[in-house]
Parts: sequence; structure tokens; C-alpha cells
Amino acid sequence: MQIHQNPVALRMHEQSGNKGKYTFIQAHRAWLSKFLLFWIMLMALISWCIYSNMDADTKVRRREVLGSLCDQRARMLQDQFSVSVNHVHALAILVSTFHYYRSPSAIDQETFTEYTARTAFERPLLSGVAYAQRVVNKERERFEKQHGWVIKTMQREPSQIRDEYAPVIFSQETVSYLESLDMMSGEEDRENILRARATGKAVLTSPFRLLGSHHLGVVLTFPVYKSKLPPKPTVEERIKATAGYVGGSFDVESLVENLLGQLAGNQAILVHVYDVTNSTNPLIMYGNQYEEGDGSLIHESKLDFGDPYRRHQMICRYHQKAPTNWIALTTASLFFIILLLVGYILYGAGNHIVKVEDDFHEMEELKVRAEAADVAKSQFLATVSHEIRTPMNGILGMLGLLLDTELSSTQRDYAQTAQACGKALIALINEVLDRAKIEAGKLELEAVPFDLRSILDDVLSLFSEKSRHKGLELAVFVSDKVPHIVMGDPGRFRQIITNLVGNSVKFTERGHIFVKVHLAENRKSTTNGKSEMFLNGGPDEVLHTSGGYHSKTLSGCEAADERNNWDNFKHLIADEEFFFDASIKKTASSESYEQITLMVCVEDTGIGIPFSAQDSIFMPFVQADSSTSRNYGGTGIGLSISKCLVELMGGKINFISRPQVGSTFSFTADFGMFNNPMTDVKKHNLEDLPSSFRGLKAIVVDGKPVRAAVTRYHLKRLGIQAKVANNINKAVSLCGKNGSLTSALFQPDIIMVEKDSWVSGEDGIFFNVWQLDWKQNGHVFKMPQVILLATNISNAEFDNVIAAGISDTVIMKPLRASMVAACLQQILGMGKKRQLGKDNPHGSTFLRSILSGKKVLVVDDNVVNRRVAAGALKKFGADVKCAESGKAALEMLQLPHSFDACFMDIQMPEMDGFEATRRIRKMESKANEEMNSECIEGGNGMKSEFHIPILAMTADVIHATYDKCLKCGMDGYVSKPFEEENLYQEVARFFMTKPILDS
Amino acid sequence: MDVIQWQRQHRDHQASMFREGFLDDQFIQLQKLQDETSPDFVIEVITMFFADSENLINNMKQALEQTPVDFRQVDAHVHQYKGSSASVGAARVKNVCVTFRNFCDAQNLEGCARCLQQLQHEYSLLKSNLQHLFGLQQQIQAAGGSIPTIE
Repeated sequence: MQIHQNPVALRMHEQSGNKGKYTFIQAHRAWLSKFLLFWIMLMALISWCIYSNMDADTKVRRREVLGSLCDQRARMLQDQFSVSVNHVHALAILVSTFHYYRSPSAIDQETFTEYTARTAFERPLLSGVAYAQRVVNKERERFEKQHGWVIKTMQREPSQIRDEYAPVIFSQETVSYLESLDMMSGEEDRENILRARATGKAVLTSPFRLLGSHHLGVVLTFPVYKSKLPPKPTVEERIKATAGYVGGSFDVESLVENLLGQLAGNQAILVHVYDVTNSTNPLIMYGNQYEEGDGSLIHESKLDFGDPYRRHQMICRYHQKAPTNWIALTTASLFFIILLLVGYILYGAGNHIVKVEDDFHEMEELKVRAEAADVAKSQFLATVSHEIRTPMNGILGMLGLLLDTELSSTQRDYAQTAQACGKALIALINEVLDRAKIEAGKLELEAVPFDLRSILDDVLSLFSEKSRHKGLELAVFVSDKVPHIVMGDPGRFRQIITNLVGNSVKFTERGHIFVKVHLAENRKSTTNGKSEMFLNGGPDEVLHTSGGYHSKTLSGCEAADERNNWDNFKHLIADEEFFFDASIKKTASSESYEQITLMVCVEDTGIGIPFSAQDSIFMPFVQADSSTSRNYGGTGIGLSISKCLVELMGGKINFISRPQVGSTFSFTADFGMFNNPMTDVKKHNLEDLPSSFRGLKAIVVDGKPVRAAVTRYHLKRLGIQAKVANNINKAVSLCGKNGSLTSALFQPDIIMVEKDSWVSGEDGIFFNVWQLDWKQNGHVFKMPQVILLATNISNAEFDNVIAAGISDTVIMKPLRASMVAACLQQILGMGKKRQLGKDNPHGSTFLRSILSGKKVLVVDDNVVNRRVAAGALKKFGADVKCAESGKAALEMLQLPHSFDACFMDIQMPEMDGFEATRRIRKMESKANEEMNSECIEGGNGMKSEFHIPILAMTADVIHATYDKCLKCGMDGYVSKPFEEENLYQEVARFFMTKPILDS
Repeated sequence: MDVIQWQRQHRDHQASMFREGFLDDQFIQLQKLQDETSPDFVIEVITMFFADSENLINNMKQALEQTPVDFRQVDAHVHQYKGSSASVGAARVKNVCVTFRNFCDAQNLEGCARCLQQLQHEYSLLKSNLQHLFGLQQQIQAAGGSIPTIE
């Protein structure tokens, strides 16, 4: 037990070692969530990058747009400004030309006003222009007189005394209020004037609130020179030449407003214009100081208004902050979401893989455990079965002993029941072991030559008692086309047949059980041959009139499968007979055929299988219904084993069943052809039937054609030519009533009469008359022996029949060729033989009877074993001699010797049982050869051979050993220590036939 | 002592030996083989068995003491012993032999040594039990009583 457990534990250990084989994901499972987090962060980063990238694009675009808008505006402003400046310049030249170079002046206030008014469109940025004359202090009085007004300051007060003045003399109508105002009194204007006359160019003031409009504005001043200047004038020259100044005020605010109003996109941007001459303190020229635009984006454009001293710039910004970039945002977030999902999916997949792998490992472990449990179960089964068998043998032995003692009938009944139960239990345990073996695939079929017919006979004999008890017809029929010896596993074949027949016997209360074997191909040819048969009229030996049968089966009871009824069956036989020669030729020519397929049918007329249960009938431990096991016992394992075995033999098993009518199980199995008939037949565990009946003739009187065919089959195996008559009249007519005609007619040696035919009709009397007639007439021919065939016959009936002298003997069915032979030997005086039908073969008395007086050699190296075996055999009356080694046995068995049998231990030192047997056989065959050659010389056809039955004694009764036993020439084996039944079976096998052969 | 009492003792002792598994039904078979033609069959066989046992156990011991141990040799002895113990129905000895052979197959020296010890132990137990049984038997026979058989 301890040892058995070890492999399981070992396997478990191995499996646990396998756990290292994790996949990458499995190994890094802890990283999964970290990976997810990292992934999310990475994706967020990437999304942010995408967003900012796209956003940067739009920002650049926005900046470009702003820049272009701003530049456009600045350019336009500058252009318009310079146009205005140019025009003021032109006006300055006009003034100098027409006011100073011409005398008298061509320009007066009126002219100037008109001209400037009419040319105002040229100066869209200027609110107005005016001309101020340069007046030095000494000329002030003259000037005031000339014009009739006093020079006023900007505050419109009469001007104080200064070095020089710049009173406005001409002014555009829009700025007429400037007339007589001294421009030099204003700080900006004065500065402007000074700068203008020094440079000779247009100059601008810094922005300030203009008089009148109070708009922000700048004043543009141009110097007007009264004389032509030298090409490169100095400042002094310029000041000296200065005659006056043309000025114009730019109302920058409204003008820019105007200008911007004309441009597209005005709403979007905010424009400021600054004077940045003093860069630390930019002065606003245009724009609401407090209007805050989008401070984040600013574009500066330089403005050049033509005054190099002053610097201006335009600053543009958007009114509103840049709108959120929805596309970028959506794209980025979608990207993020999608990749987040991808990440999550990967995470989920990883998790799933981990989970699945975990599950897988768990399953694997469970599987290992289940397998270990299965192995343990099998081992447990095997061990327990084995352990149970030992005490069970004790129980059975005890019960056997108990039954031998004086018991009251009740006690005996109890003990017998207990024994039967014990036997059933042992059988069950064997089946379970078988089943376990098959499941483990450990069952191997052997391929040895064997005689199918004798196996079937054996099986039948097993059930003969039961069937007789129940009154069942039990019969076997093997088609002639089936070879005598086939290659296969006789043990397993026997097991299948035993199982099927056992089932049938179990479930059948009346009618018959019929085992039929034929070639599988034969079935087809039969159906084909049907029409042919009718054309040929059929062989006339079959003298049945077709009417008068309820059903044409073996017993007359209806069977589930119609195929076995007479209508079909007779074709099979007829076919065989008709094509007999052909088929022999065929078999002869077809020796190359390695395989033949046999079809075996077991037909019964039992309770059948309910339709509902027919599907599950081959499943282990399933019986037709639960009540079955109550009523009939059994486990239902047999059919599943049979199915497995049949499949191992390359065949199929199936069945036809009709409830309350019966079941027919049929299976096919492949067997090898045995092509070597030269080898010693006995080697192959073959039953050899006596050949002394060859040439005899018999008439079978039977009303049931199938049964008659079965009888004929058995007779045929003995070489007896048989004809069938369906009643005694026919039989008699076959023999002929008159001696004179006999020569032309069938001359029977034996008449076999079915009990039914005998008892049923008037035939009995008729037959009696005919019998008397025969005797009285003093036929030339010997009166045929009359044998009664019966399924069951009471003692009284039996005595009656014998006493009446009608019949010579009774053969109890089921028929077996060997039994028929023995019986015939008895009545034909060919040998003395006990009547088989009446004895109880399984008993120590019988064993004693066959072993009694036999000289037996026991070979065993173990002194205890030897003594015990010898003691056991002695008890059965055998004359026992012992040998303690193979060598000693060999010496004792030197020919000629007087031993009838030899029991040989297998495991012996020096020379084991196999070797010893091999040598004995060699010795025998040598002697046989010599003797045969002598016999032939002597003309004696009688063959007698030296062949001492050698039985192996072995403790491990397994098939391989058996196979080996047969191979080296042993005849069988017995278990050690001896078991009575087993001993009987083996001993009976050769001692039953042996004396007949010897005689 | 009374014959009846001896008989009862004999019966009880034998039954207890069966109960405790020292013997199995082969022993009964053996008893069945004893009849008028061989009145001392059982004792004869058992005596042979004892001799055989001591011999074989000695052999096993020697074989196991060798280095290296020839397990096949040991196994052969154990097989012999298993055969003879099975023949006389010494169930427990036989079972130890079965285990012993498994250890031999596995070449497990430790297990073999343990089995050998167990075998000696079982054998001595069996021997004393059987000797007691035979002692009773002889007393009964000397007193003219019949040996009770197991029922």
C-alpha cells in the first residue's frame, strides 16, 4: 500500500515543480496597475502636447493676422499722413511762392481760406491748416498796424514782449479761431517752430489736447523761407531765411477713427497709437487708455510720420482673448480618451490573462489531483479487490466446508445462498478489475490459435445446468465456413460470449438462447443468394413442410430479430451446402487472407430491453431499469466490458430487442486466419474430437428446423452424416419399411429423436411398431441406435424411456460435440463412459473419480509446496510422485514412463518449469516420430502419441503467464495453492477425453 | 484437564488465529488433506515449513548482509518463502513477503531490512501459536479425543 501511494505523491511533486512555467504577464502581474498609471500619464502628456501643438498653430496664425492687420493700418495711416504732410509741404511752398516772392502778395486771408477749403480733401488727416508769419519784436508794431490787430497769446491775451512772434495770419476756415494767435506762445508750437525752421522739414508736436475740439492731436509745422536757400544751408541761414510757418493740426483721434472705420476687421482689434519719442513715457495719441484688450498678444508697428525727431508706433491687440481652440481640445481629449480606453483594454486583457492563467494553473492542479485521485482510485480498486478476494476465498472455503457438514435444510439453504453471493461478489470484483484494466488501456489481446467451436461448447456447458433448470433450449451453431482454428484471444472471446449468454440466461424464463456464428460476409451473400436458392429448388434433404409452425425459431418462441428464424437460417445452411465445394476451394485459394470477420449472434426470448433503456445499455453500471438489479442482480458492467472487448477485436456490437419478446445481441470481431495446420494441434489448447465416428449416418427427428440444424451441426463435427426429418414418419420412410428397399435408401446408424417430437404425437407408438417390425423382420442391417434428445427430463421419465427400451440413451441438452461423442462411444460400445447428463461435474467426488488411480508427478523445488500439492492430489486418489527440480522431473519422465500427468512449478532454480516442459516435449516428439515411422511400416494407421499433460502451478494467474505456459508446450495451469474448481476445470479438460483416445 | 476443555481451547485458539489473520483458508485445506492415510499430515507439513522458514530467513539475512546486495537473490528467497507460506496458509507471513518483494523490486535496502525483521517477528509469532495449537492437539489426541474442525 505504501509503495502504491508513492508514485502519486511523486507526480504531485513533479507538478508543483512545474509551476515555475509562468508567462511573462503572469510573472509581472504586480506591474500591471503601475503600467496602467504610467500609460495614463503618458497619454495625458501626449494629449497635452498635441493640444499645445495645435494651439500654437492657431496662435501663430492669430499673431500673423494681427500683425498683418496692424501693419496694414499703420501703413495706411502713415501713407495718408505723409500725403497730408506732403500737401502741407506743398502749401508751404505755395505760401512762400505767392506770398513772398510775389509783390504784392497774391495771397490774402480770403484766398488762403478758399484754397485750403477747396483742397481739404487732399489732407484728410488734417483738421485744418494755418500760416503764421515770423515776426521779430522790432517789427511787431509795424506788423500790428499793418494787420490792424494785436498779437495774442494762446490764451487770447495780448502777447507780452518777446524776441519774436509767430502770429497766424492765414487760416483755414475750420481753424479760423487761430488768427492773430501767436504760435510761439504755445509750448509745443514754439518748440515745433524752432525745430522746423532749424531743420527745414516737417515736424510734429507731441500729442496734446487740441484747441476747440479737445481731441488728442498733433500739430505739424513746416517752415516757409522767404529767400531761396543755399544748397547746404546752416541752421543760422535757415533761421535767417525763415519767413513763417505753415501748421496743421492732425486730429489724430477722430482721423484714425475714421480711417479704421473704413477697414475690415475693425471690430476684432484694438488699436493704440503712441508717441514714443520719450521711450520711458509713451504718450498716447489714439485709443482709449483704459480699454483693455487681450493683453497676451500685442503687435507693434512702427509709424514714420516724416519727422525724424519724433517716433511713433501703433500697438494692436485683439479685443477679445483668443477663443478656446475647441478642435485642438476635442482632438486631444479624444486622443486621450481613446488611448486611455486602449490602455484600459490592455490592462483588462492583461488582468484577464492573469486570471485565466491563474485559473489554468488551478485547473491543472485540480487535474493533476483528479488524475492522482483516478490513479489512486484504480490502485485502490485493484488493491481492495485483491484484498477482498483473499478473505472472500476464505469465506467461500468455509462455506464449502460448512456445506459438507451435516446441516438442516434451512441451514443448508442459508449457507448455499451465502456461497452463491460470495461467488457473485468475486465475479463482480473480477469484472471491476477488468473494467479498470480496459479503462487504463492496459488490456492487450493476445493472438493465439484456438478452436472457436470448442470455446462455444465450453461456454454452453457453463450454463447448461442453469438453462436445464429453467427449461430453456440452449444451442450453438457455427457456420461451416468459419475455419476450425482462428487466431485471436480465446479468453476474451469466451468472456464476451459468456457475458452475453449469461445475460440471456438471466433474463430468459422460457424459450431458447441461440448462439450463432458465421462469417460476416456470409450475411450479404445469403441475402443475395435467396432468389438463386429458389430457382434451384433447394436441396431436397430438408424435408420440412413449411406449415404448422408458430414461429420458425429454435424453440418456437418468437424472437426479436427475424434474421435468425428458419426462413433466413435455412438459406444460410443451404447456401453452405450448396456452395460447399466452392467454398472449400475458396478458402483454399484465399489463404492469403489474413483476416476474417466473424459475426456472432446471441438470441434469446427473454424479457427484452425497454425501448427507453436501449440507448444506455452499453454504459457501465447501467441496467435497463433499476428494478432489473432487484429482480435479477448484476451490476450492468458486463455489457460495457463486452463492448470494449469487441471494439478491441476490431468489431462492433449491437442489438435488437423487443420488450417481452427477446433480445438479439450480435457482434462482429476480426480474427486472424490460422494458416499453419502442420503444427501440433494440441499445443493450442484445442479440443480434439474423436474421429472414430466418421462415416456414420444419422437421422435427426425434430419438428423444429433450426434445432435440427443445430443437432446436425454437432453431428457433422463428429463426421457423422445426418439427415433431418421433421417427424418420425418421415424418418421411417427415409429408412425404408422393407428390407428389400434398404439398399437404395439412407441407412442410419443412429436415430436422434427430439423429446418434443417423441412425446407430443402419436409418433411414439408408431415408432414402437416400426421398431418391433424391424426387429421381427430380422433386418440384414443392424438396428439403429435410438437416442433421445431432451432439454430437461425427470428421473421418472428417463427411467421410463430406458426401461421401455425405446431409446438407448438420453442426451441432455445443450448439445456439445464432445458430449455427444462421449455418449455415442458409450452406446456404440466404443468406450466406457459415464453418462454425462446426470452427473454433477463440479465436486470433489468427480475430481476424485477422474484423478483416482492416476499417476501424477509433482515438480516443485519448495518442499512445503511440494508436500501440500502432493497431499492435495493424494486426497483425490492420485498416486503422487515428487520431483524437486526440473532436472529430476526430466529424468523421471524419460520415456517410457507411467505418469498420467505432471504438475510443474514455474519458478525453480537451475531449470524452470518452462524449460523443463520444453525439454520434455522435445523428448516426446522425438519418440513420437520414431514410433510413427514404425507404425507406418507396420501398416498400423492408429496413431498414438506420447503427450503427458503438463500443468503449470503458479501463484500469479495472469494471462501473460498462461500464454507463456502454452507457448512452451504446457496444457494449462492451476493456481497455487490448489483451488478445487480450478483444479477440476483444468484436470477435467484433458482427462475427460484422454481415456477415450487411449482406448 | 478435561478433553472437552482442551477441545474448546483448541477451537478458540485456532479461531483466534484465523481472526488475527495468521492463517487463511489454505490451512483448512491442509487440514482437510489430513486423513487416515496420513494422520500427521498437517504437523508434518508445518514442521517442514518451519525448517524451510528458518533456512530461508537465514538465507535472506545473509543475502542482505552482502555488499552490494543482490536483490534478485533476495527476491528469489522471498519468492520461495511466499510460495511455502501460501501453501500452508500462513497469511500474515505471506503478506509480509508480498511487501518484501515490492521492496526488492524497488531495490530498497531499508525497506527490505524492515521486512526481514517483520518476517522474523511474524514467523516467531506464528511458530509459537502453531506450536501451542499442536500441543493442544497432541494433548487431545493423547486423551483420546478428536481434533475439532473449524465450522
